[in-house]
Amino acid sequence: MKPGHGEVVIAEGDVELPQDEARLVAEFRHQLDAGLWAAVPVAQDDGRREAMMVRAFEEVPRDAERVIFFPRAAGG
Amino acid sequence: MVLAFGVSALVAIALMSDMVLPRLRETWEGYRARRRLVPDVLYPDPGRERRAEQTARELLRSCVGDEEWAMYRDLGLIRVWGRHPRAHGGGEYAYLIYPHRPVIAYEPQTRRLLGEYCVEFPDETRPYGSSRLPDSDDVLAKWMLLTGDEHRLLDESNMHLPGRQVDLAQVTRDLWRISRWEQARMRELAAG
Repeated sequence: MKPGHGEVVIAEGDVELPQDEARLVAEFRHQLDAGLWAAVPVAQDDGRREAMMVRAFEEVPRDAERVIFFPRAAGG
Repeated sequence: MVLAFGVSALVAIALMSDMVLPRLRETWEGYRARRRLVPDVLYPDPGRERRAEQTARELLRSCVGDEEWAMYRDLGLIRVWGRHPRAHGGGEYAYLIYPHRPVIAYEPQTRRLLGEYCVEFPDETRPYGSSRLPDSDDVLAKWMLLTGDEHRLLDESNMHLPGRQVDLAQVTRDLWRISRWEQARMRELAAG
């Protein structure tokens, strides 16, 4: 998420392909190092939607379609 | 005679320069200012903001549930149910998420307002000069944090008594609008 942009695709790839996975891991770390938070939207078995906050690439479900990075929260 | 004329001319030029030079300098600086490139951060492009919001709405729609999306589309806010009973004294509670306004906690049964959580998601890289996410991205960020890690939102935000930043009358009206909206939606769903 970016001001003036909305959603911006940072990287795409298949985690089953080693070179893609390495690129995705690097980009994931880069975003977190830049101070962003990461979340994965998921659907529960009962259809309920929620997000899963992740702090490491290993926490991202292997079948996740996307990870959303957004600026960290600050008290307003 | 020539000397006297020369001196007079010099004095006249010196006096004139006091009057003319500032005018010349002003004119030159005005000319330069008009030619200078003005950064577009001073004049946000409404088209870009609109496109960003459109993109953000699509992302929000793809993440939240059907009911939450319909609520946002129709009412401009999203209700998220609280999941940690101890967070608000043990009873059932929920949150109202508004774009770029505090998150409101309340008791659905009594409609009693419990608190307002002031939280922002500033992007300090300030692309295009603004740190502010599009409205729907702000809503999505709050939704993700509330559904993914409610405690983190409560920890990071500044909690105030209801009414500090939000208009209590408007929140009360919104709660009434939600109940009306839900009744209408139930009727619609029942009618198939």
